[in-house]
Amino acid sequence: MTTNTEVPRREYVDGTTAIVRGAIDAGCTFFAGYPITPASGILMAMMREIPKVGGIAIQGEDEIASIGMCLGAAMSGAKAMTATSGPGISLYSESIGLAIMGEVPLVIVDVQRLGPATGGATTVAQGDVQFVRWGTAGGYPVIVLAPSSVPESYSLTVKAFELAERFRCPVFVLTDKELAMTLSAVDVDEYPAVDGVERAEKHEGLPYSWDPVDAVDPMRRYGEGDAFRFTGSTHDEGAYITKNATKVGALNEHLIAKIEVHRDEIEMVDADFAPDAGTIVVSYGVTAGAARAAVARLRTQGVAVSNLVVQSLWPIPETALNDAFEGIERIVVPELNMGLYRREIERIAADREVIGVNRIDGGLITIDEIMEAIR
Amino acid sequence: MSVITITPVSTFRTDDPYPFCPGCGHGPILDRLNEAMIKLNLDPAKVVIVSDIGCSGLSDQYFITSAFHGLHGRSTTYATGIKLANPDLEVVVIMGDGGTGIGGTHLVSAARRNVGITVIVMNNLNFGMTGGQHSTTTPEGGITSTTPLGNLEHPLDICATVGVNGAAYVYRGSSFDSDLADRFAAAMAKPGFAVLDIWDLCTAYYVRSNKFTRAGMEDSMRSWGMEPGLLYDRDSVEYSTGYRLAHAALVGTPVMSAHPIPVGYAHSLDRPMSLVVAGSAGGKVRSASRLVALGGIRSGLWAAQRDDYPVTVKSGHSVSELWIAPGEMPLTAVTRPDVLAIISSDGYGKAGPYFAAMNSADLILTIPEHSHLETKARVVVIDPKSAPKRIPKTSMGLVYLSAALAIRNPYPLDALREAAGAGSFAEVNIEAVETGIDLAG
Repeated sequence: MTTNTEVPRREYVDGTTAIVRGAIDAGCTFFAGYPITPASGILMAMMREIPKVGGIAIQGEDEIASIGMCLGAAMSGAKAMTATSGPGISLYSESIGLAIMGEVPLVIVDVQRLGPATGGATTVAQGDVQFVRWGTAGGYPVIVLAPSSVPESYSLTVKAFELAERFRCPVFVLTDKELAMTLSAVDVDEYPAVDGVERAEKHEGLPYSWDPVDAVDPMRRYGEGDAFRFTGSTHDEGAYITKNATKVGALNEHLIAKIEVHRDEIEMVDADFAPDAGTIVVSYGVTAGAARAAVARLRTQGVAVSNLVVQSLWPIPETALNDAFEGIERIVVPELNMGLYRREIERIAADREVIGVNRIDGGLITIDEIMEAIR
Repeated sequence: MSVITITPVSTFRTDDPYPFCPGCGHGPILDRLNEAMIKLNLDPAKVVIVSDIGCSGLSDQYFITSAFHGLHGRSTTYATGIKLANPDLEVVVIMGDGGTGIGGTHLVSAARRNVGITVIVMNNLNFGMTGGQHSTTTPEGGITSTTPLGNLEHPLDICATVGVNGAAYVYRGSSFDSDLADRFAAAMAKPGFAVLDIWDLCTAYYVRSNKFTRAGMEDSMRSWGMEPGLLYDRDSVEYSTGYRLAHAALVGTPVMSAHPIPVGYAHSLDRPMSLVVAGSAGGKVRSASRLVALGGIRSGLWAAQRDDYPVTVKSGHSVSELWIAPGEMPLTAVTRPDVLAIISSDGYGKAGPYFAAMNSADLILTIPEHSHLETKARVVVIDPKSAPKRIPKTSMGLVYLSAALAIRNPYPLDALREAAGAGSFAEVNIEAVETGIDLAG
């Protein structure tokens, strides 16, 4: 917070700009995407910016090609990112599975718009919160981060690259039309300093290992050291296709355990607890704006209410949520869908009262609507 | 000085026998690929064989090169990414006619880009792995498990398709061609995009259901209008080379970074103020809102603007909700604006919920056409015709917002003048600001 004696150092930018800067500062050197409102700004900025760091950006002939190019580039050693909206995530679906199966680090930005189908291209929504988690066959875990402001759009994009490398898996940055396109004044000192994200690599030997089951092996890259294989089929450590039940089981358990066992490394929330609060607001993404404002306004009126903004949507930050729910009787969950994340909260909330504040008409949930639900 | 001795590889094959049916052409095609790689004296660690789904997708496991075995029809996309990220690699795609069909757009696009990969299509005219269904290359009249009365679809001419769309090297032949290894080697040596459409026999299905043999293969091609041989051989710039050339001057130049906006004024707000402009798309509504925000930031304020518009570019409404505030504030919707500017009929159509919620402390600036509003707010009608000069449509937003600032004074008008003069269209914007201030009286 700027005091009166300091001269403010503010710029006026949107979340799109922050995501692009975050990606490049994290070391992204490959971007492929297909135009789609409201994610096109990322594609256009990447086409302009990434050549400056010696990287490559390309507009694919469709979303399937775009994510396919990213997977290929990642196996040639690039840190890759793609960006789209809900309709594009539909087309990414099969390739998300390939990234999971082949253990390819990949950052996928979903700038949500109102669905289903073409829906509202220039209209905000948070309808993809379950879709990104379950959007490919098999039900295997992915990581999903959700910024709620411009600075978070930067820091969580960097974090997405870190986690993608750490766990060798697709990591989603789940944002939306308003967060991506709304211009905001931002204190330029609010962005964290970033050193770039390192990839753990090895240049010889088998491309995979799952012993112990949760361990993530360093990556190979094409053209470095001896030859190696990659496959989207169920495989052994050498990426040879197998139907050996022991090996099949070991691979699939590894794909789950490498993330589930290390949930504590992924959990991220912005917790703002009030002593003696019986009610907590749990929100994420753009809706966190009105939630923060509603909680602040009620506190000035003497109402004790806690606030929790979930930044790591998947895996569910169960530890943080359980901690936050201690002593709480009512949980208010505002979201721009009819309660898609609320069902996760209800599961953890046990017998506490869970109240949804929901909107699917393209408008943002207002401060008043959340205040009403808290009271 | 150290001497590195490179021993040429005597085979790129593993010791494992192929898994293909007796009489299938896939094995001989892969043997010719092996011979081509030996001929070119390649380093197996610098070769990536990219495959996808179907019998052809089993191929990569029988080579000692690197491999990427991906999803049905998408091999060209992986190969493109692999090559773009590391142009030193020799990237060979092996796909079937199934992959060619489902991934046809990728093949065409790779041809248009002329990306430096080599695609070998093992074209056996049907789906061999999944039960002999027809593919995009099944000849008209061909009997398959899904065309029991004869195929009604025209077969895809792979070579013509990629050839007319920019591929550098296009060859059609069969698994029986005596010079096939040379063709593969020539294709791989070609810097640009190479496609080899290699017909072969599916002894499990297509051959069994149709009178289709080695002897008739070339005659059949000709009878369907698909000439065999080298069909295209052109020298055009390969994509990853072209990309790097085109962008060479950009490398090392600064990436867009955060630059603080100078602050030279003091604001007079003690609470957030919301301003809504309701106008038409193409009328620079968002730009006007942005300049008012920048003036606020130059006065030490925080600002955020949420814009709403349809998918059309220069038609329909454009509404901008702007907050300027003494303290940092989260992104929220404006439900009851302090100031509403209605500057077009499109805007009026969207302004209803705003002016209905406003009360006597709030201000509406509107054009004469929409002066009768069901609202408690103070309505000030500004007639753009009363301006000394005609106001262009694209300046209306800034004119009305400037008028609002002149009436409400949240921050010094000089800060707005400075913001208007700092960016593009400075002259036009400064004129709009002054017009607005004058019209406010």
